Amino acid sequence: MSYHGGFDARATEAAIAPPASIDNAFVEQVRRDMLAFAQLQLRDAALAEDAVQDALTAALTSGKDFAGRSALKTWVFGILRHKIVDLIRQQSRTTPVSAFGGDEDSLDQAFDALFKENAHWQPAHRPAAWGDPESSLRDKHFWAVFDACLTQLPKNTARVFMMREFLELDTGEVCSAAGISTSNCHVILHRARSALRGCLEKSWFLAGERPC
Amino acid sequence: MLNCKDATRRMSEAEDRELGLGERLELGMHLALCKGCRNYQQHLQVLRDACRGYRDELTNPEKE
Repeated sequence: MSYHGGFDARATEAAIAPPASIDNAFVEQVRRDMLAFAQLQLRDAALAEDAVQDALTAALTSGKDFAGRSALKTWVFGILRHKIVDLIRQQSRTTPVSAFGGDEDSLDQAFDALFKENAHWQPAHRPAAWGDPESSLRDKHFWAVFDACLTQLPKNTARVFMMREFLELDTGEVCSAAGISTSNCHVILHRARSALRGCLEKSWFLAGERPC
Repeated sequence: MLNCKDATRRMSEAEDRELGLGERLELGMHLALCKGCRNYQQHLQVLRDACRGYRDELTNPEKE
């Protein structure tokens, strides 16, 4: 087993001195970003903490002389990606990812409600063009909404979607890590995109046009 | 003829696997006729850009 618990990892970190260019404030900032990244994907605070601690410890004890902060951050996120996928793989062996469950059912119902019986859009729910998305992507309020929408995704749906979009795995790798069939993978990814689309539309793109 | 619900599924799958020629043609015909689904396609693109931006914001080494 190469996987260490958080307590051991922290003890190891305390015993070593990081390179001089990597001060505590910088490590703390990287750690916060890594935790946000891991927590979004794993949806488990303790697991996320362990993954981050392991990745940081590996970087700081590697003996590598990082040519500055950028190199460290790139390297340590690379390790974190692998750790997250490993953890998801391990968990899906004991608790298989199910494509269907209570939270997922309610997302599917909300999606189905957008359509008429003939599976064409309900006039009231027909997607409208989103105005000026580029400027939204530069608006910090947009990112708060986006973050909230991501956080609302059910855990299994989020894990599969994030492996695809945030860890940039191809669909085959995502299905294999989650231990699910390709067709279930497509179902989950479509569900995640539809839910996020709906959330962004309601909470951002159309939010200003609705009477309060 | 593809309905809108199936068209949304196919647009999502197009991001994850290579569609066959027949599938692409069917989707293209549907999109040519359906403004709602063309907008849905735009939304998927915005979503993809947003995911990339969000990821880069957290992992970007140059971030202050």
